[in-house]
Amino acid sequence: MQKEKELIPQLYRAEFRKLVSVLSRSFGLEHIELAEDIVSEAFLTAAETWGIKGVPNNPVAWLYTVAKNSAKDQLKRHNLFESKITTHLQQDHTPAYETEIDLSTQNIRDSQLQMMFAICHPAIPPEAQIGLSLRILCGFSIDEIADAFLTNKENINKRLFRARQKLKEAHIAIEVPPVTEINKRIEAVLTTVYLLFNEGYYSQSHNTILRRDLCLEAMRLNYLLLENTATDTPAVNALMALMCFHSSRFDSRLDEHGEVVLYDDQDSSLWNQELIAKGNYYLNKAAQGNEVTTYHFEAAIAYWHTTKAAEKWEHILQTYNKLLQLRYSPIAALNRTYALYKVYGKAIAITEAEKLNLESSHLYHCLLGNLYTGEDNQKALEHFSTAISLTKSSVDKKAIRKQMIKIGQL
Amino acid sequence: MKDFVLLFRNAGEPMNTLSPQQMQNLMTDWQNWMGGIAAQDKLSNSGYRLSTEGNTLKANNVTTDGPFAEIKEILTGVAIIKAETLEEANELAKGCPILKVGGSVEVRGVIVMNMDYNK
Repeated sequence: MQKEKELIPQLYRAEFRKLVSVLSRSFGLEHIELAEDIVSEAFLTAAETWGIKGVPNNPVAWLYTVAKNSAKDQLKRHNLFESKITTHLQQDHTPAYETEIDLSTQNIRDSQLQMMFAICHPAIPPEAQIGLSLRILCGFSIDEIADAFLTNKENINKRLFRARQKLKEAHIAIEVPPVTEINKRIEAVLTTVYLLFNEGYYSQSHNTILRRDLCLEAMRLNYLLLENTATDTPAVNALMALMCFHSSRFDSRLDEHGEVVLYDDQDSSLWNQELIAKGNYYLNKAAQGNEVTTYHFEAAIAYWHTTKAAEKWEHILQTYNKLLQLRYSPIAALNRTYALYKVYGKAIAITEAEKLNLESSHLYHCLLGNLYTGEDNQKALEHFSTAISLTKSSVDKKAIRKQMIKIGQL
Repeated sequence: MKDFVLLFRNAGEPMNTLSPQQMQNLMTDWQNWMGGIAAQDKLSNSGYRLSTEGNTLKANNVTTDGPFAEIKEILTGVAIIKAETLEEANELAKGCPILKVGGSVEVRGVIVMNMDYNK
């Protein structure tokens, strides 16, 4: 009894996405809900049956068979409807579906890759892509998605409903785009993987297991791209390197209460050397060819963060300089100014920070609060107070108050 | 925001007299200056550094050797920045490291062409 209670959630996370991808591919993306229902139903049947009869010898094969049979039933019913009824309405009729469901390893992998491109389509708004990715590509439950986004189930259900509508309206095919289009289309896929990773890495949720899962899922999705020669591009490798380097510091950047430990206070003995080595491997692969993307620069910055080299801040600053010249972002501008402080001291960094024109960002005031600490504590406190008034997150407010208390003790 | 073109000129001081360390420092200064403009989201195009390979064409098939035959100051690069006014563009240009080694920055506004021929 105990065994299947642990087993089913594990299987759900690993197998739901595979089955949904394969079934959606046979049904067409407009019937994605049907695919989800059939797979959920199979898991429900498993929970009921295994509880009474015990867990079968090969639970995965059992699930596949149940899902496959009910998918076939659906298709038969549908084809019957199509041939018996629709043919009377339409002159030119060809049966819309194949009835064979191919659950080979190869087809499962291909279907997932194709599903990735379908969901990460430029026609789908980025927020919807993230939600759908978590549900369809990562097999997260509605509860888990709600927890990750710090919202409730109803909101997530609404969001997913709208996202599925978009998928249907846009008539997107489940396929890997032709080679000539891959570079263009892969950008949207990488953006979603990157956002998914950030959702885990920078999430406000205190659920550290869930946050780590989000990061791992993003890496798994990226790995699907690396496994296919057509999508094994330098940018994909650079993003993989970036995620390896970042996640190598996962254990050191959250304390036992799930609160963020600032970089300077992190225990570097907790940095995962195996992941750092993997990051190096992918960064080397990313360096092949002439393409330089923002992921390359971000991976290089993340790499320097994992080293103890004396000149690391110099390298970080120079890489931020290049990254910003390639593409501006407020976060990169703020981080660059922090690196500037590390290399040239607070006075220069303050002058540059005050030119950034980001007064409405709480992070901007946090940065200035930090830079003014010990230089002009009154100004530091003013910036920290402004930062508190600008953020809605209680986690952020708490962290900022901690820094204000530190000033009082200086 | 309007675009302003920056034209960088050296004072004719050959770069190859610099030691590798000086060269490295100059590069770092340039990157810090450009990065600082980019961090304000005021870099429109990081442009080009110009090499010494080149010549100048004139009418009747006359070619003068090198890009710098008749101008005292060598054009060494271009970049495009964004600013509300010429004053603001000047303010951004003031940090350019070329000014520390005797060079100059010419700041020029851009004539915006109406390219909408369909109307």
